[in-house]
Amino acid sequence: MTTNHEAGLRQALPAVTDAELAALRDRLPAVTDADLAALRDRLAARADAEGVLDVAYRTLDTPVGTLLLAATPAGLVRVAYPVEGHDQVLEALAARVSPRILNAPRRLDGAAREIGEYFAGRRRAFDLPLDYRLATGFRREVLTRLPGIGYGTTASYATVAAAVGRPRAFRAVGTACATNPLPVVLPCHRVIKSDGHPGNYRGGPAAKQFLLTLEAA
Amino acid sequence: MKTSRLAGPGRLPGVTPKPPFEAVVAEHGATVLRVCRAVLGPADADDAWSETFLAALRAYPRLPGDANVEAWLVTIAHRKAIDITRAAARRAVPVADVPETPATVPTTTGPADGSDTDLAGALAALPRRQREAIAYHYLAGLPYQDVAAITGGSTDAARRAAADGIARLRKTYPGAALPDGENS
Repeated sequence: MTTNHEAGLRQALPAVTDAELAALRDRLPAVTDADLAALRDRLAARADAEGVLDVAYRTLDTPVGTLLLAATPAGLVRVAYPVEGHDQVLEALAARVSPRILNAPRRLDGAAREIGEYFAGRRRAFDLPLDYRLATGFRREVLTRLPGIGYGTTASYATVAAAVGRPRAFRAVGTACATNPLPVVLPCHRVIKSDGHPGNYRGGPAAKQFLLTLEAA
Repeated sequence: MKTSRLAGPGRLPGVTPKPPFEAVVAEHGATVLRVCRAVLGPADADDAWSETFLAALRAYPRLPGDANVEAWLVTIAHRKAIDITRAAARRAVPVADVPETPATVPTTTGPADGSDTDLAGALAALPRRQREAIAYHYLAGLPYQDVAAITGGSTDAARRAAADGIARLRKTYPGAALPDGENS
C-alpha cells in the first residue's frame, strides 16, 4: 500500500470533526466510579475463586499509619509501612511473587481483624497463616523465632543470635529484623539493642517505640 | 558506578518489570467498559468486561513486558464479545455465525448523567463491523492497523467501516452538535 493510496482514502472518507469525536466520547452513558468499583469487586472474587489471584492486598489504618497487607493463597506474605512506599512494595511483589495482584480485601479479612485487635490492646499473639517466601535462609530462621519473644517483653539482637545457635551473628539478626516482610505480626520490634535502646525499625523508630509502649501498657 | 544485579547479562533482553495487574485495571478499566458497551450494549457489557479482565489476569504473566496493553485488552474484549453474542444466539435460534444484529440499548432510561441515550441507541443500530471499528478506533484510540488486526480484514476496510458508521450516525443522530458553519 502506498502513502498516496492512504492519503487518497483518507480524503475520500468524510473527516470526523473534533465536536463529533467529543460527542462520541462524552454523550455515551458515562462510566462511573460506582460501575467500575462493582466490576472490580466481582473480578477480585472470581479471580480468587478460580485460583488466578496470586496476591491479594488491602490497606488498614492503624495508629502507626496506613499499613499495606498482602496475602498469597498460602497466607499473609507482606505487611508494609507507609515509609516503604506502598506502590513500590506492590511492584516488588509483582517482580518477586507474581504480577497477578489485585486490591481484594476479602482474603485479608482475618489479618485486618487480628491486627486491629492488636492495636486496640485486645490481642497479644497472632493466629494467622503466614507465607515466609520473601525471607530465605538464616533470615527466615530468625523470623520464625520472633513469636517466641512474648508480648510486652524484649530481647537483644545478641540474645536472638544465641537462640538460633549463632551467637556471633547478631548483625545478621539485625539485618533479618530490618528486612522483616511481616512487621507487627512477626514482632521484630521486640528485638532491641543490648543497651536498651530500641534500635532501627522498618517502619521508622517512632513506630517501634509506639509498639513497645503499647505492649508495656 | 555500581550497576544493579538485575541489569546484568543474566537478565533476559526485552523483559521489563511488569506492574501489578491492579494498575492495569485502574488504567484501562473505564476504556474497556466503554468499548464493551459500544459493541454489545449495556446489558451484556458488564459480562464482557468481567470475562475480558479475568482472561487477561490469567494470561498476564506471559504478556511481553513491552506489549501494547490497551490493544491486548481490546483484542481479548473483541473475542469475549463474540462469545457472548454467540451464546445469546444459541439460546435463541441456531445460527451459523455472529449475526449482524444491533446491540440492545434500553430506550426508556433517561439521561440522568447528562449523557444522551439517543447516541447509544444510534450506535447500537449500526452493523457490528461499524460499531467495532468506531469503538476500537475512536473510543479505545487504536490505529486502524490495530483495529484491522483485531477484527480481521484490511486496514482500508477497518477505516471504511468506521467512516461508514460515522456517516450513518450523522443521519441517525442529528444531535451530534456539529458546529454551525464548519460543515458543508
